[in-house]
Amino acid sequence: MSEGPVMNHVVERPLPVPDAATEPYWAAARAHRLVMPRCLECDHFHFYPRTLCPQCGSARLEWSACTGNGEVYSFTVVHRAPSPAFAPDVPYVVATVALDEGPHLMTNLVNCAPATVAIGLPVRVVFRRASDEITLPMFEPRSEDA
Amino acid sequence: MNQYAVIVGIGESRVGKVGDRSALQLQADAAQAALADAGLKMSDIDGLLTTPVRVEHWNMPAGVVAHHLGVQPAYLSTVDLAGASGAAMIHQAAMAVASGQCSTVLCVAGQNLLSHGTRSTAVRKMAEGGSAHPQFEVPYGPLVPSLYALVAQRHMHEYGTTPEQLAEVAVAIRHHASLNPNAHKREPITVHDVLSSKMITSPLHILDCAIVSDGAAAAIVTCAERARDLPGKPVHLLGQGYGLRHSHIGDTELTTTGAVDSGLDAFRSAGLTPADIDVAQIYDCFTITVIVELEDLGFCHKGEGGSFVEGGRIALGGELPVTTHGGLLSAGHPGLGGGFFHVLEGVRQLRGHAGPRQVPDAKVALVHGNGGVISVHCTLILGAEAKA
Repeated sequence: MSEGPVMNHVVERPLPVPDAATEPYWAAARAHRLVMPRCLECDHFHFYPRTLCPQCGSARLEWSACTGNGEVYSFTVVHRAPSPAFAPDVPYVVATVALDEGPHLMTNLVNCAPATVAIGLPVRVVFRRASDEITLPMFEPRSEDA
Repeated sequence: MNQYAVIVGIGESRVGKVGDRSALQLQADAAQAALADAGLKMSDIDGLLTTPVRVEHWNMPAGVVAHHLGVQPAYLSTVDLAGASGAAMIHQAAMAVASGQCSTVLCVAGQNLLSHGTRSTAVRKMAEGGSAHPQFEVPYGPLVPSLYALVAQRHMHEYGTTPEQLAEVAVAIRHHASLNPNAHKREPITVHDVLSSKMITSPLHILDCAIVSDGAAAAIVTCAERARDLPGKPVHLLGQGYGLRHSHIGDTELTTTGAVDSGLDAFRSAGLTPADIDVAQIYDCFTITVIVELEDLGFCHKGEGGSFVEGGRIALGGELPVTTHGGLLSAGHPGLGGGFFHVLEGVRQLRGHAGPRQVPDAKVALVHGNGGVISVHCTLILGAEAKA
């Protein structure tokens, strides 16, 4: 299948463009911290970020640090890149991780062979710098007693 | 209200690789076919519903399409529930007619998704185009199929669903497409073919995934009173429901969806149960979608969808024929309009016009649309007869 004309410049990955609602998340990631909105009324963590707590409806939310630990909730090994920017990385693992605090998020699993990934695998956050502005939280396997 | 809304005409453009027609030409082809089927002229249409297209940037699509077709609408709107838009257009047309705002609504959707660019640019546009969260998902490189692969992997983990069972869905639906002369892919396939086709994003092979096509579909909704003066056999909207439990797939549970809610509401409003359904036109963007939706709509228990689709049960001649035109997996998927072909096939089955695909004595059809990543759902129940 044709991928279109060969590009002679570096193909840039699609990176997040932080907005007023999400800038604190990306600022924390730049500092290698994983934060999520936590409700000051009911203590519920949620993600992706909303304006109102999905559990109680309160607008009193605060970005709070997470442990960065969780387990693989589901995963897929991507063999066909969505765009040329990802082609050098195939096969790579896209996963959803269930954090110890409760929320799920999408990520890449790194520092492991795709064939070793399984649902329930304990993982911890690592940070990969993508640009001056953006550092992406990713996850790697952790031993149970880490 | 519902018993007064009927579908009186359906039509589709050529489907597949149709390089000689623009998005608007495809929609006009489908609209003209639906009008001819209904025995109506464009000047009889006073309401218009359409969906956005992905290949071009139209400001207010309903206005663009109405003007292109020469409709002067008393009511118009653009419906965007992604893949659920086709089913939802029928219900929203029924509401417009029941309110008295207009009498005869043309619903039309489709585009040249395949021929407008390359297949690769279509894949990329879809990957970056909104199903995945632009900040929290797209940067990790999922294809649209990857988002459904997460569902499949989790379903396999929780319930023991197998790749062979996923493949059974593709095989049954391709068999249906082989009997549809307007289908894009008609060559029969086997479970072995699916399992040995290229792995795209585990556990989904390329034959577990919808195709990319050009094409458009149209249907005309009016009131039962007006339908009495028309030559065709009307099909009745008996019930409908909507459901939404998440917007993006990364932050949610994966194996139970808003189809539970849309299905319950549709059956409640129709006064029917899954046992009353003769044929089910279920949205089939991926093989796993059909398995999860069969469970959530109540055709089997949660976790039993894999065994339900085995042994030809969802093929023509089986206990519950599913997606008998060949669906998004084989008949064609031109984007938002893709799910509208499921509505057309439901109508065809209830009129007895499905030819070699006809389910004998079909009286009640379920049509289910799913948009986003099993996010938004619309279920219709259609009847050959009005509600008792």
